[in-house]
Amino acid sequence: MKRKEIALVKEQKQLTAEIFSLRLAVSFAGEVKAGQFVSLFSSDGRRLLPRPISICEADAEEGSIRVVYRVAGKGTEEFSRLENGERIAVMGPLGNGFPLDEAAGKRLLLVGGGIGIPPMLAAAKALKGRAKLRAALGYRTKDTYLLEEMKEQLGSGLLAVSTDDGSLGVKGTVLDAISALEGSCGSADGEEAVADILFACGPKVMLRAVKDYSAARGISCYVSMEERMACGIGVCLGCVCRTTEPDGHSLVKNARVCADGPVFSAEEVDLS
Amino acid sequence: MTWNAKDIVSPGAQQPTKNLPKTGAEAQNVLAAKGGSVYKEQGNPDRDGKDPFPVDMSVEIAGVSLKNPVVTCSGTFGAGQEYSEFFDLSLLGAVTAKGIADVAWPGNPTPRVAEVTSGMLNAIGLQNPGVEEFLKRDLPFLKNAGCAVFVNVVGHEPKEYYRVVERLNGVEGIDLLEINISCPNVKAGGLVLGTDPHTVEEVTRGCKMRASQPVMMKLTPNVTDIRAIARACEAGGADAISLINTLTGMKIDIERQTFALANRTGGMSGPCVKPVAVRLVYEAAQAVKLPIVGMGGISCWEDAVEFMLAGASAVSVGTANFGNPYVTLEIIDGLRKYCRRHRIGHVRELTGAVRP
Repeated sequence: MKRKEIALVKEQKQLTAEIFSLRLAVSFAGEVKAGQFVSLFSSDGRRLLPRPISICEADAEEGSIRVVYRVAGKGTEEFSRLENGERIAVMGPLGNGFPLDEAAGKRLLLVGGGIGIPPMLAAAKALKGRAKLRAALGYRTKDTYLLEEMKEQLGSGLLAVSTDDGSLGVKGTVLDAISALEGSCGSADGEEAVADILFACGPKVMLRAVKDYSAARGISCYVSMEERMACGIGVCLGCVCRTTEPDGHSLVKNARVCADGPVFSAEEVDLS
Repeated sequence: MTWNAKDIVSPGAQQPTKNLPKTGAEAQNVLAAKGGSVYKEQGNPDRDGKDPFPVDMSVEIAGVSLKNPVVTCSGTFGAGQEYSEFFDLSLLGAVTAKGIADVAWPGNPTPRVAEVTSGMLNAIGLQNPGVEEFLKRDLPFLKNAGCAVFVNVVGHEPKEYYRVVERLNGVEGIDLLEINISCPNVKAGGLVLGTDPHTVEEVTRGCKMRASQPVMMKLTPNVTDIRAIARACEAGGADAISLINTLTGMKIDIERQTFALANRTGGMSGPCVKPVAVRLVYEAAQAVKLPIVGMGGISCWEDAVEFMLAGASAVSVGTANFGNPYVTLEIIDGLRKYCRRHRIGHVRELTGAVRP
């Protein structure tokens, strides 16, 4: 059940110049599904809209969640200054999450670009040992985050990295990383397809490319969408994305990212 | 029993809400939202109905009885379902369902929302599933919510409004129709319908003659003289008016050097618009005898009191719901305590009570 509460900051870590990791004690950690998000609230009344941030990790035993976020403005900058023992208003768990059961027992490719990487770690943790995991991650530079943790989750599973500047892994986009995976996949598995199912989160242009890639190979593809949000729970219709069929709420091919998503079957959404 | 400032909830303070007849789970939620602190009873006189100074919180809008004067604004509360996950809607005076047109509307392209200092801009474009889907899916839930039900009606031109009103006419479970002649993001022929007194009077009369329920006209603040519009509503036979809808605004993303909203302009709401809204409610109240549902940036009980003193019979809470899903309950609680502190036996005594 969704709720808004005041959470205690358990840990704040700076991962790169602009990426931070925040662990919060919350009452709903045991209810979180990989791919869901929370709304974080500024303590400054001038910034009244919540900031939606994907959940990177949920620890039911400890009763905590972890969010990894990019400082993109004054709100997230305020969050980045929070210290252990301080408090922040949080609402969650929000959104639908990845279709984990559908991936169980299959070859699952996790594709994360930029700040789309954190929910991929959540998916990897949720499906470790239940699916054959592999990942393609796209960073701007060699200044990476969550990479070691992702390696840990994947174990012997394949991982490829791309960077915009070529300072680490393949130079190019995450699609180039996927190509690299395919190369090693062929030799490792003796199979051509790199996956049966794919989860992706990242910029829209990346999601579009991943959707086309999956469609061409018959891979079942799920994308986690991002849009400017206000309420975070489906009432304001601020954060819609275009869909190929009439959406379930307004029947107008505009689904609510916060409530109907953020995860959609790639076939459902119009990414053009 | 003494009455002092301790009894008053301060705005936005991390202080638990008292006195509400909540279920245990809901009380937990509110407490959690307030920092999880355990409230220590300090001889709360409201508890267990032993209040030595009871406050009658009920009000009436155009013949519709509300158990308290706190309503939710159209477009900020869906049709109630989503917020019912956070608290019991029967604690509210009324819910106003999001604007409904005769057919489904797709709304505007994204981005549709942007934050501004102490407020937000939106250009949703009244995306809605149309009146038939509303009646089939949303109303059955809403009419059992335990509060009064207001339904907001939208259209591009008078005949579209009339089609919706005709369809809602006499439908059980709808207590009042709010006619939205003021959305800044939907324009017919380049003009917002609610800015011309003659059109306002015509649409008011047209809706009124088609509806068995009371009709409340929702006014735009984007006019030179709100009194002329309010009088046009009265002349057209309106049972009530509500104001304000959003103020037209614009935000430019300076890094991208383009508009923050795909629609370029959007409706501004939130605490930043409140002083404008209070002034307009006051002016409208001076101009007409119609009951007024006041709205525009209300985010705490003090704001609610201010609107009532300015002339509102009830208040409506919109954007503040996004920042705090429990804000309406806190406002109801704060209003009651304010009345008790001021020895006001009936909350409706506040309406228009501002002293010159």
